[in-house]
Amino acid sequence: MSLDIEEVIRIAHLARLGVDESEYPAYARNLSDILSFVEQLNAVDTDGVEPMAHPLEAKQRMRPDRVTEGDQRERFQRIAPKVENGLYLVPKVIE
Amino acid sequence: MHQKKLAELAAALRAGDFTSEELTRAFLERIERYDGQLNSVITLTAEQALQQARAADARIAAGEGGPLTGIPFLHKDIFCTLGVRTSCGSRMLDNFEAPYDATVSARLREAGAVMLGKTNMDEFAMGSSNETSFYGPVRNPWDLERVPGGSSGGSAAAVAARLAPLATGTDTGGSIRQPAALCGITGIKPTYGRVSRYGMIAFASSLDQGGPLASSAEDAAWLLQAMSGFDERDSTSMERPVDPYPEMLDMDLSGLRIGLPREYFGEGLDAGVAAAVEAAVEAFRGLGAEVRDISLPNAALAVPAYYVVAPAECSSNLSRMDGVRFGYRCENPRDLEDLYVRSRGEGFGAEVKRRILIGTYALSAGYYDAYYLKAQQVRRLIRDDFTRAFGEVDLIMGPTSPTTAFRLGEKADDPVTMYLSDIYTIAVNLAGLPGMSIPAGMVDGLPVGLQIIGNYFDEARMLAAAHRYQQVTDWHRRRPPGFE
Amino acid sequence: MEWEVVIGLEIHAQLATRSKIFSGASTAYGAPPNTQACAVDLGLPGVLPVLNGEVVRMAAKFGLATHSTVARRSVFARKNYFYPDLPKGYQISQYELPIVHDGYLDIDLDDGSSKRIGITRAHLEEDAGKSLHEDFHGQTGIDLNRAGTPLLEIVSEPDIRSAREAVAYMKKIHALVRYLEICDGNMQEGSFRCDANVSLRPRGQEAFGTRTEIKNINSFRFVERAINYEIERQMDVLEGGGQVVQETRLYDADRDETRSMRTKEEANDYRYFPDPDLLPVELDQAFLDEVAASLPELPDARRARFVEQYGLSHHDAGVLTASREVAAYFEATVEAAGGEGKLSANWVTGELSGVLNKEGMDIGDSPVTPQMLGGLLLRIADGTISGKIAKQVFEAMWKGEGEADSIIEQRGLKQITDSGAIEKIVREVLEANPKQVEQYKGGQEKLLGFFVGQVMKATQGKANPGEVNRIIKRLLAD
Repeated sequence: MSLDIEEVIRIAHLARLGVDESEYPAYARNLSDILSFVEQLNAVDTDGVEPMAHPLEAKQRMRPDRVTEGDQRERFQRIAPKVENGLYLVPKVIE
Repeated sequence: MHQKKLAELAAALRAGDFTSEELTRAFLERIERYDGQLNSVITLTAEQALQQARAADARIAAGEGGPLTGIPFLHKDIFCTLGVRTSCGSRMLDNFEAPYDATVSARLREAGAVMLGKTNMDEFAMGSSNETSFYGPVRNPWDLERVPGGSSGGSAAAVAARLAPLATGTDTGGSIRQPAALCGITGIKPTYGRVSRYGMIAFASSLDQGGPLASSAEDAAWLLQAMSGFDERDSTSMERPVDPYPEMLDMDLSGLRIGLPREYFGEGLDAGVAAAVEAAVEAFRGLGAEVRDISLPNAALAVPAYYVVAPAECSSNLSRMDGVRFGYRCENPRDLEDLYVRSRGEGFGAEVKRRILIGTYALSAGYYDAYYLKAQQVRRLIRDDFTRAFGEVDLIMGPTSPTTAFRLGEKADDPVTMYLSDIYTIAVNLAGLPGMSIPAGMVDGLPVGLQIIGNYFDEARMLAAAHRYQQVTDWHRRRPPGFE
Repeated sequence: MEWEVVIGLEIHAQLATRSKIFSGASTAYGAPPNTQACAVDLGLPGVLPVLNGEVVRMAAKFGLATHSTVARRSVFARKNYFYPDLPKGYQISQYELPIVHDGYLDIDLDDGSSKRIGITRAHLEEDAGKSLHEDFHGQTGIDLNRAGTPLLEIVSEPDIRSAREAVAYMKKIHALVRYLEICDGNMQEGSFRCDANVSLRPRGQEAFGTRTEIKNINSFRFVERAINYEIERQMDVLEGGGQVVQETRLYDADRDETRSMRTKEEANDYRYFPDPDLLPVELDQAFLDEVAASLPELPDARRARFVEQYGLSHHDAGVLTASREVAAYFEATVEAAGGEGKLSANWVTGELSGVLNKEGMDIGDSPVTPQMLGGLLLRIADGTISGKIAKQVFEAMWKGEGEADSIIEQRGLKQITDSGAIEKIVREVLEANPKQVEQYKGGQEKLLGFFVGQVMKATQGKANPGEVNRIIKRLLAD
């Protein structure tokens, strides 16, 4: 499997990841190498094998419905790039 | 002072031979003196460390505290630390002063351990050489032209050079064991679910596990015990008691059965490393263990499966780094799209971008079944191999890494070759098993690591075996020249 | 061409928990921005979700109440996309394995018949925050208080055939979630809202037409209007020879129209995969039994019982069981009124609901309690007062003048039932109106009403009307 530059652009956009145009060919090459390497998996017969999302076969634990977290806005917003009146600011979102 | 093992340090503090403040100053001075060569520490927290040391001295004087009270350690910069920069080796979080403590950070704080600083690492733990860090590469104290391994390279190099007696690390595909091997120290990746992941910045959630790096199995046992245990803030944390690892170091190992996976001794393994590992296995045989060959038929599939699963999870885990609530934000974004694209484009380095792209691709429409689902199926096959093996043996042994430390830049441009340096460690993460690396020889002046893999939650047996070996060998006492 | 309308609804019901679905932050509405967004809700590096057990219980209740399968194993997945009100860059939702699936609900149609609407699935997910578009120097403000609020997304089959049916279905779900006490149903605050998928096809055709999705409709009235507008619009497009574009549209209530949301240049690719921070939710029979045992009597069962037990019409029983509060009020009234079911039903659906509507009040806020109303109805039943006088007493109770008995006593409203006393007054009335007596006897029997009126006037309405009638007739027949 080889990825072309168009495909790299499409994925980079999905991931909202700025990639310099001059780096596209290198990424396309690297990613193609990785995909070719990964494609060894296709040779394996996995019919009927249940996919394993977790190393341990355990079930989700449930938390009691209690409010345990108070207002920590000041602490959290001290590290925020841009806030005003308690709101996080971003460039205008057009709906 | 810096050569003593943990139990000796703790005893000396209790006996009043020296104070934690003095001990802390001694290690801070070593960092001052040597870290210019190694670049193992990103953020030094000297002031805070001295305060913690004085508080520890007060606790010790009052007859309180435990084995780690007053003992200095270095903390991998992937664990959130309240009020202290937690960069994860990335420009993205260069300005991120964590507003909360990771569970592991809080536990070590409560245990009275003294944090000297935060260690360098591959960016977001993605790397096997510590060359992807925003803060520059870490160098191997055994040869400054060589890599320390990664991603916990800063922690491993620092412990090897005795800039701290203990350090924390995280291991997603070998990130504790491989640098431990390349730096000649002891490192443990516990069973998945043993150490809380809360506040440990996620790379690949179903694979990540925190663990200790130390000079010996004995020292590592103490730190592992302090780091382990159920955490209600982590849904994948297991609700089962922690074995008293230090007390179990001398457990009865008679009749111990050790399995050697044929697949770990084949093509690609450096001859010197193979010889050292075989010698170590001989030593275990000499100690009375029964050694037999086993097979892990799907071993070769671990790296390809991992390079689907880990990037898929990381592509999603790193989406929160968007320049809105914390971390790096680009200058003067034109619009929202520009804010995302440039903040992430400028904040992440090349290897992180590669993995985000691969993961995004593997999860995207039309490819999910072929890549992600397939990899998850193969993951089960790999796990089943281990389950069968542990039906026959108690521990599995083999090399940690196919080679000793390689040169800086040697594999930096070839991702796939780099990925293969984790060929023996990755399967353990996919299966969720505990594994460790201990020093087991030298080749051309560079350390070789022996990997020991245990059954689920059987860390105590793994540690006891390593401890027994370290009682009859001295590889773990070797120090890199120039850092005495 | 005759068109058939095909509608499916996706209803988002905010689950009435105290804390969020994956964090311990409060879900209370209306707090200052970002004061209820904890580290987990903000998606800070390193934080992890832990599931609130109450949301699972609530979803299971809904499943059992809609004849659905409650899955023994369900899985949380990540839906990946970038938006500033989505802090982690993914929403935790359920995708392949939802907690509830394959159920149904019966709705009442206008013609009195009922119709079964299939429920495809109901899954748990977290809500996003809010983007505030007021001007912050040309920027958007983000409030993440709502981020992480638990939602149950209820997806219907495309079984709905008109805007009226859609409203009936939505109201039925609304009543149900409030019966179950799993959602407060507050539509102004966004606790209950829906998206409607609308398409048309030529009648008789099996294949569905191209659909549009109308987003975020938050009132019953708007659902009906938005769907009707969209049906008209699609019909115009199709009959003009055009094609409906599959897209998301927004309903603008001010202009009463739907309009296309700027179409994104790419189709969304959400890259769903199981959330590795969460494990599968596994439920055992004991848990499901326990939830089943905790269910209240559900609207349909209660309605049937009201018809059976109180002899109410199917319609009245439906009105009285449409909300849990009204049904409870009604039953408490019946009890206080000595088992007078029909009388209680008439008063609750008539006088009481009239004044509540007029005042814009909920039944729970009524100053006339079921015990007070029941006390009043007892006096009608035992003939102490007439229905007409009862209305006066009810008004007085509403104004806070006390219980029915004391008002009747104080105002001297007790009915005159002594036939001797009534006969005396009737005689006086007849004597005072000889002309009318003449006319009545001459065959104008409708003058009976006039005499009754005069008697009632003389007694200020307190005479027992039946007795008055009887006596007048007897005396005039002499």
